[in-house]
Amino acid sequence: MTARRVRPRLDLVAFGVVLAAAALGAPFLVPGYLTLELSYGLIFSIAILGLNILTGYTGQITLGHGAFIAIGAYAAAIAQQKLGINYLATIPIAGLACGLVGFAVGIPALRLEGIYLALATFALAIAAPTLLKKPEAITGGVKGIILPPVTSPTDLLTDDQFFYGLCLVTTVLLFVLAWNILRGRTGRAFRAIRDGDLAAVSFGINLASYKTLAFALSAGLAGLAGALYGIATGFVSADAYPFQLSILLVVGGVLGGIATLEGAIIGGFFVEFLPVISQQALGTINKQLANAAPTVTQGIVLILIMFVARQGVAGLVRTGYHGARALLVRQPVKVAAEQTGPL
Amino acid sequence: MTYFLQQVVSGLAAGGAYASLALALVLIYSAMGLVNFAQGEFAMFATFIAWSLMVSLHVPYGIAFVLAVVLAMVGAAVIERAIVRPFERGPQLSVVIVTLALLAIVNGSAGFIWGYVPKPFPTPFPQSPVVIAGVYISIQDIGVIAVSILVLGLMYLLFNHTKLGLAMRTAALYPDSARLLGVSVGGMLAIGWGLASGVGAVSGILLAPSLFLEPNMMQQVVIYAFAAAVLGGIDSPIGAVVGGLLLGVLLALIGAYIPVLADLRLAVALLLIVVTLVLRPSGLFGQVHTRRV
Repeated sequence: MTARRVRPRLDLVAFGVVLAAAALGAPFLVPGYLTLELSYGLIFSIAILGLNILTGYTGQITLGHGAFIAIGAYAAAIAQQKLGINYLATIPIAGLACGLVGFAVGIPALRLEGIYLALATFALAIAAPTLLKKPEAITGGVKGIILPPVTSPTDLLTDDQFFYGLCLVTTVLLFVLAWNILRGRTGRAFRAIRDGDLAAVSFGINLASYKTLAFALSAGLAGLAGALYGIATGFVSADAYPFQLSILLVVGGVLGGIATLEGAIIGGFFVEFLPVISQQALGTINKQLANAAPTVTQGIVLILIMFVARQGVAGLVRTGYHGARALLVRQPVKVAAEQTGPL
Repeated sequence: MTYFLQQVVSGLAAGGAYASLALALVLIYSAMGLVNFAQGEFAMFATFIAWSLMVSLHVPYGIAFVLAVVLAMVGAAVIERAIVRPFERGPQLSVVIVTLALLAIVNGSAGFIWGYVPKPFPTPFPQSPVVIAGVYISIQDIGVIAVSILVLGLMYLLFNHTKLGLAMRTAALYPDSARLLGVSVGGMLAIGWGLASGVGAVSGILLAPSLFLEPNMMQQVVIYAFAAAVLGGIDSPIGAVVGGLLLGVLLALIGAYIPVLADLRLAVALLLIVVTLVLRPSGLFGQVHTRRV
């Protein structure tokens, strides 16, 4: 038994090497506009990571994560434009600011369960754009805040490639951080709360602190994503964060696998590319369909996933991987990845 | 004083429409313990059907109104059976996600069929106001209030004075006993979704003349309906009506007297939802639930 456990999993190592090579090589192989789209994919992955921690791991439904992205984008833009802080430093500032907001939102949310929390966060997502536009002196009102474009500090990289690198480094750091948090005591507490909060309490888990911690972490990640998003678009305006963005994040989370880390990456790229692809594919049929296509395909994909694969793509891959391994290695494999989750 | 009364009347008219949509949410919540996030979109879609009947096919207002409501009921009942049913007994998050998916599909389909350009919506009521005791009241508002009262009254009669209503209440409260008594619980749920969608459609058609018809028309309204339902108690039909009317008047008065908050009405509704849920989760008329381990 012990011998097998020590043997390095060559298949996983090989997969990791290929993935890293692809992530590092991509910006040098694809055209500039696609590099930017890949950066957006990473940004959405960070936001969905936040959603997965709160909804997938802790079981607290949130339909309002778009609002936290917007707050993060504004925090970074205000820090850069009004306070003159270097844009690289505004990214962690936005994460911290959003984490604090998330903590504050988490306190009343303690009293809301299940469907009520979904309702309140849904209302937050719809109300956020008008709320953010109101203090015109700070947020620029309808006009928003314009940010200077990102320029690469070295001739070796184009601006797009540099920004992609920035997103990639941030994403890797945050996923490692999340992985560490989730595999330890805190992660176990989160999952215990999700699977039964009364039982969790009787095991000595402090519901209030862990739930607000999950909220703060989750909002902080969305805020970091928001800061990068604002920097990428160069323009922060409340209308860029409609409530549909919040729904899109839920779609990405569920599609990827809401109680997994790798699902957040899959979901992030899905969120970025689904609208583009569906628009290109269906837009050729007629113009009106092009506008409606992203919304309709989102809904259909979401329903399909709920019917056929509630563990998301990550769940499918895990099941498929364990099945294939059982066939190839001809060894009894522990029953495919424990199928837990809030769905 | 007359200005105040005028605002109250127009608030009651909007509130009547909010109350209808809130009642739709409450009907589904009471029957199944779930919130249908697509309720507003169902109402919007039915309103578009009414518009098509009237404008493209020249069907008279009354007939188009009834047809659209009936179609909304049938459509929602079919959706409940086909799409929502497999998730009814599953975790809450699954159902929430399914209704979100419905929201996206219905919204996008409306955009595909009718486009995103706001359309004026006909009203059967004359635009001229009547003067009652020095207060100018638009006939449109009176008409909306009258139709709301009629619909809400019909729902009350249905639930409290008919066999179908009794069966539906039994199915919602004691599904197992209802089955033993020969009530088809699944059928009752489908009828519940149908009725909810019907009153929602009424809400959409009543609001469309003042909001202009477009796929995102009901997004704000649905938040007001949520606020009304939560304020009244999300399992209380009477609460939904009272909550809707109160919210309608409150928002009208805010618009008239506190101009700073006029474009923050959504935030007011959000605040109302959060404050009610935190201070008194059962709302004004809802039942207080205790949890057992």
